Amino acid sequence: MKKRKFGLTMSLILAAGTILGACGGGDTEEAEKEGTTGEKTEQEFSVAMVTDVGGIDDKSFNQSAWKGIKEFGEANNLAEGDGYTYLQSQSDADYTTNLNSLARKNYNLIFGVGFMMEESINEIAGQQKDYNFSIIDGAVDQPNVASILFKEQEASFLAGIAAGLTTESNKVGFIGGVTGAVIERFEAGFIAGVEAVNPDAEVEVQYAEAFDKAEMGQSIASKMYSSGVDVIFHAAGGTGNGLFKEARDLKQKNPDRNVWAIGVDSDQAAEGVVEIDGEEQNIIITSALKRVDVAVKDISEKAKAGEFPGGETSVYTLADDGVGLAPINDAVPAKADIEAKVAEFTEKIKNGDLEIPGTLDELKTFSLE
Amino acid sequence: MQMSSRMKNLLTPVIAVLLGVLVGTIIMIVSGYDAIAAYTALWNGAFGDVYFVGEVVRQVTPYILAGLAVAFAFKTGLFNIGVEGQMLVGWVAAVWVGVSFDLPRIIHLPLAVLAAGVAGALWAFIPGYLKARFRVHEVIVTIMLNHTALYVTNEIIRSVLSDGKERTDMIAESASLRSPFFEVLTDYSRMHWGITIAIICAIIMWFILEKTTTGFELRAVGFNEHASQYAGMNVKRNIILSMVISGVFAGLAGAMEGLGTFGYAAVKGGFTGVGFDGIAVALLGGNTAIGVILAAILFGGLKVGALNMPLEAGVPNELVDIIIALIIIFVASSYIIRWFIDRISKKGVK
Amino acid sequence: MEYVIEMLNIRKEFSGFVANDNITLQLKQGEIHALLGENGAGKSTLMNVLFGLYQPEEGEIKVKGETVKITDPNVANELGIGMVHQHFMLVDTFTVTENIILGKETTKGGFIDIKTAEEEVRKISERYGLAVDPQAKVANISVGMQQRVEILKTLYRGADILIFDEPTAVLTPQEIKELIQIFKTLIKEGKSIILITHKLKEIMEVCDRVTVIRKGKGIGTVNVSETNPTELASLMVGRDVVFKTEKTEANPAHEVLQVENLNVKDARGVQAIKNLNLSVRAGEIVGIAGVDGNGQTELIEAITGLRKAESGRVKINGKNVLNFSPRKVTETGLGHIPQDRHKHGLVLNYSVGENMVLQTYYQKPYSKSGVMNFKKIYDKARALIQEFDVRTPSEYTPARALSGGNQQKAIIGREVDRNPDILIAAQPTRGLDVGAIEFIHKRLIEQRDNGKAVLLVSFELDEIMNVSDRIAVIYEGEIVAIVDPKETTEQELGLLMAGSKKKEVGENANV
Repeated sequence: MKKRKFGLTMSLILAAGTILGACGGGDTEEAEKEGTTGEKTEQEFSVAMVTDVGGIDDKSFNQSAWKGIKEFGEANNLAEGDGYTYLQSQSDADYTTNLNSLARKNYNLIFGVGFMMEESINEIAGQQKDYNFSIIDGAVDQPNVASILFKEQEASFLAGIAAGLTTESNKVGFIGGVTGAVIERFEAGFIAGVEAVNPDAEVEVQYAEAFDKAEMGQSIASKMYSSGVDVIFHAAGGTGNGLFKEARDLKQKNPDRNVWAIGVDSDQAAEGVVEIDGEEQNIIITSALKRVDVAVKDISEKAKAGEFPGGETSVYTLADDGVGLAPINDAVPAKADIEAKVAEFTEKIKNGDLEIPGTLDELKTFSLE
Repeated sequence: MQMSSRMKNLLTPVIAVLLGVLVGTIIMIVSGYDAIAAYTALWNGAFGDVYFVGEVVRQVTPYILAGLAVAFAFKTGLFNIGVEGQMLVGWVAAVWVGVSFDLPRIIHLPLAVLAAGVAGALWAFIPGYLKARFRVHEVIVTIMLNHTALYVTNEIIRSVLSDGKERTDMIAESASLRSPFFEVLTDYSRMHWGITIAIICAIIMWFILEKTTTGFELRAVGFNEHASQYAGMNVKRNIILSMVISGVFAGLAGAMEGLGTFGYAAVKGGFTGVGFDGIAVALLGGNTAIGVILAAILFGGLKVGALNMPLEAGVPNELVDIIIALIIIFVASSYIIRWFIDRISKKGVK
Repeated sequence: MEYVIEMLNIRKEFSGFVANDNITLQLKQGEIHALLGENGAGKSTLMNVLFGLYQPEEGEIKVKGETVKITDPNVANELGIGMVHQHFMLVDTFTVTENIILGKETTKGGFIDIKTAEEEVRKISERYGLAVDPQAKVANISVGMQQRVEILKTLYRGADILIFDEPTAVLTPQEIKELIQIFKTLIKEGKSIILITHKLKEIMEVCDRVTVIRKGKGIGTVNVSETNPTELASLMVGRDVVFKTEKTEANPAHEVLQVENLNVKDARGVQAIKNLNLSVRAGEIVGIAGVDGNGQTELIEAITGLRKAESGRVKINGKNVLNFSPRKVTETGLGHIPQDRHKHGLVLNYSVGENMVLQTYYQKPYSKSGVMNFKKIYDKARALIQEFDVRTPSEYTPARALSGGNQQKAIIGREVDRNPDILIAAQPTRGLDVGAIEFIHKRLIEQRDNGKAVLLVSFELDEIMNVSDRIAVIYEGEIVAIVDPKETTEQELGLLMAGSKKKEVGENANV
C-alpha cells in the first residue's frame, strides 16, 4: 500500500515518468535475480512470498520479509528463483493471481505480506490444499495457513519510554499511517510508554490516512514541531520519510533546536543523518522494531522441519525477539536513563508482569501496576 | 489508392502497439534480459493456461467498463478523469447492498449491481452539474472527487460497513457474480459473470450514441455546444446526462470488483488504477465500443501476463508498465503515425 | 521591364486534382491588381505558390524581370513579397511592436531592443498613414487595426509587393473606406498590390487591372476602366449573372413577427437593444441595415431564444414567445439562418445528412420512441441536397468538408424546408461568391412569394437594397428609421446607419 502505481495513463509526461521510474527500479532490484529460469523442478523444500502493492523495496515490511526469506534460502543452500523467490503485486487484484501462480509452480510455503491478503490467502488455501501458506499481520483460519501477528505495542511502548524521557517540552507526537488495528496497536503502546515514564507529557496523534505520502508526513510533522512538539514517532511506512526530512531540515536550520524522531519496523537510523558544519548528527533516537524477517525465517524453518504451525496464529513478541527496540542514539542526553528504563520494562514485559495495551480501549484501563 | 479513414483509425492503434512492443524489446535487450523468454512468459502468463485466461477475463471486465465510462464522456466532449472515484463509490455501494440484505438471488444481485450504477452516477452528477451550471471544468472537479471518494469510501468501510476494521464481510452468496461454472471451466480463476454485463454495456453504449435521439444530442453537444443550443437542444441537461451515464459505467466497474473479483470492499491506501487505466483503454480503443473491448483485452492480458514474467523469465514486471506507457505515448502521438501512413500511402500512388 | 511580378503559365496539382492550370498573372509597378474568382477557383493556391508555400509543377516566376525559385516564405520575403492573410497571425497578448518584430527581432547585446523597434514601427506607421499605436496590446485593438498591424509587419520586413487575401471580409464599411485610403498611400509610396477578392464593387472602386480565374484556369486579364461588374461576374462564373434580383411587388398581409419594447443586454451586461419595436408581415422581406455591433446579433438572439431578454415582447403569429427555449420558438414557426454558420449553423463533424435534420431529428419520421431512423434521415438529406443544389460528394460527407457556399445552401435547405412562417436570415451571403449569393437571394424571395415573412440582417448595403421590401435601420440598439428601398439611396442609408441623421420614425416603426 505504500507506493502507488500511479497514473501512467494520466498523461504523456506521467507516462514518460513511469518509464524512467520503472526502469530504474527494475534494473537495481532485478540485477541479482539474473540467470533465473522458469519452472521449479527439484523436489526439495522451497519458499516464496507475494508482496503487497508497496513492492519489494519499500524499506519496510515487504523488504523485511524478503530479507528473512533470503537469509533462510542462503542458510539452506537454496537457489534464488528456484528454491526461493517473490512476486510483486501491482494492485489488490493481483494477490490471488500471484498466490495461485506460486502454488502452481510448486512452492511449498508461500507468504502473503500484509493483512490485505487475508481474503486471497483464505481462498487460495482452500483451493490449493497441498501447499502451505502464511499470512503476515493477519489471521486466516485454514489448516494449511500459519497466521503471523506481532505485539507491536510492546515495541512502541519502549519507543514511548524513549520519547517520554527525551522530550523537554513535554509534548510528543505520533503520526499514524492508515487507521486500522495494526497501527492502533502502535499508537496505544506508544502512549502508554510515554505516560509510564513522563505522566506530564501530552501525546498529539494524527493519521495521514496513507502509507505512501511523504509530503503529507512532512506537513503533519511541520505542524507538530512548530506547535512545540519535540519528539515524533511514526508508524506510517513511506509517509514517515516526510517526518525525517522535516526533522533534518529543522536541525540543519537551527542545530541547537531540540528536534527528534523515532523510526519504525526496521532500524531507520540511517534516515536521520544530518551534516552540520562538517559534523554528522542524527535526529533519530531509536526505532521500534517489528522483525518480520525473524518471523518469516522462523516459520520457514519450522515448515522445513515438518513442524509447520498450520491453523495456528503465532504471535511474535518482545520475549522471542519478534519485536524490539533499536540501539539508542548516542547523542540523546537521556540515553542512560532510557536504557535503564527500557531494560526495566523489558524485563517486566518478558516476565508477563506487565501487559501492554493493544487498543485504545485497553489503554484507558491501563496502569503500571 | 488513398487509404480510407476507417482503415487509418484501425491501423494507428495497431502500429502504436507494435511500436510499444518494439521499443520494449530494445529496452530489454539493452538491460540484458532475454526478450524472447520475456514475451513467452508474458504470453504463457496470459493465455498459456485456462486459469490465466480466466484471470485475464477477470481483469478485462472492469477495464471494459472503465474504458466505456471514459469513452462515453469523451464522445460527448467531456473528459471524465473521475472514473476511479466513481468506481470506488460503486464498489462500496454494491458491497453495501451485498452484505446488508438477505434476498433471493434474482432480486439481490440486480439490486447490488444497480446500487453500484446509481452510486457512480450520483458521484459523476456532481462534476456534470458544476460544469453545466457554473462552467467549472470537469477535469478539476473529477480529480478532486477521486480523492474525496477514496477517503469517503474508506471511512464508510471502517465505520459503517465494519466495526472499525479494514475490510467488510464477504457479500452474501445471493449478491455474488462469482460463478462455479466459470471456476470449474478455468481451474479456479476468479472469472465471473461480470464479463457479460461489461459486453452488454458496450453494446448499450454503442446503441445510445449511434442509434438514439439522446445520443444524437449528446454527440452534437460534444462537437458544438453553440450549434446544439441553436438547434434547440438543452445543452446543460445533456452535459449532466453525459456525465451521469459515464458514471453508471464507472460505478458498474466497481460492482465487478466488489461483487465479482473480491466479494468485499477493503480500505485502500491509494487508487486501484483501474479508473486511470480506463483512460488508456478508451484512448487506444478510439473511444468506440468495440475498440474499448479490444483495448481492454490487450491491457488485461498485459497486466495479468506481466505477473508471470519475473517467475518464468526473470524479467521485472515493471517492464510491462513501460510497454503500456510506450503504447500510450504512441497512441497519443498518433498524429505522427497518421502522418507516416499518409506518406507511405502517397508513395504508393507515385 | 515594367512588370515587378510575372507568374507565367503556372500549373499546380494536388494528388491528381489540378488546382491551377496554365495561369498567367503579371503585376505592374505601382498598380493595384485584382485576382478574381469564385470560392475554390484556385486564387489562394496561386498566391501560395507566389509566397513560396507551394511549388508549381510547371511555369515560371519572374521578379523584376529575373527568373526566381521561391522555395519558402523566407525567400519570398527576401524578394520583397509580403502577404496579409485573411486570418491574422498575431499573438493576442503581445503588443503591436512585439508582434511586428516577431521572428525578426532587433537585438542589442543579446536583449531585444524594443525601443528602437517601436520607433521604427512608429515611423512606418506615420509614413503610410496607418495610425497604429506601437505599444497597444493586440487583444485591445479593433479588427481593422489588427489588419493594419499585419500590413505593418510586411512593410517592416521591407515588402514592395503586398498580397491581400480577402481583406475586406472582416471589416466594417467605415474600415473598408480607410483601407482603400491606405491602398492609395501604399501605391503612392511605390508599392504594388495584389488583391484577392470576389467582390466586384471593390475591384471597380480601387483596382487598375483584374485577372480572372475560373475552376483553376486563367480566363484572362482586363483593364478595370474597360469593363463593368456584369462582364466581370460572367467571366468569373462562366455564365450571365443577374445582379438586380428580379422580384415582383410585395404583397404584405397580416403581421407574423412583432417585436415590442424589447430590451436586451449583451454578454458584458451593456444595454444592446433599447425599447426596440419592429414588425414583419407575411409576404414581405424586411431588411435590417446597420453597421456591425449595433445590436443586430442581440436582437436576433433574443427573438430566437438564444439570449434572455430583459423585457418586452416577441410575438409570432400573435403568440408571445419571449424567453422561450430555442426549440419552442422554432416549433412556433420560426426558421433561422444564423450569422455564424460554423459556430451556430452546423455541427461540422456531423455528416451533411445529420445536419439536415438538426432542427427536426427528434420528430417523426426521423426518430421514433427515442431511436433514430437514419434511413429516413438520409433519404430526406438526398432530396434536400438535390433541391438546394448542395455540392457534396455524398450525404454522408462531414459538413466540415464542404465549401462555405455549400454549407450555407445546406442550412438554407434545412430551414426553408421546415416551411417556417417567419424566416430570419442573418448575413446569409457572407463570404460567398456571386453564384451562391444569387441562389440564396432567389430562395429568400421565393419564401416571400409563398406568403412567408422574412427578416434579413446584413451589413452589405447592396444586399439590403436589392432584396428587402422595407428597410429598418438599426443604430445603437434602436430602429432609427424605416425606409422604402425604392425611395432611398445608399448615401441616405449610410448616414442613417452612422446615426448622423435620425429620421422621424414615430408610428412607422410599429407598422
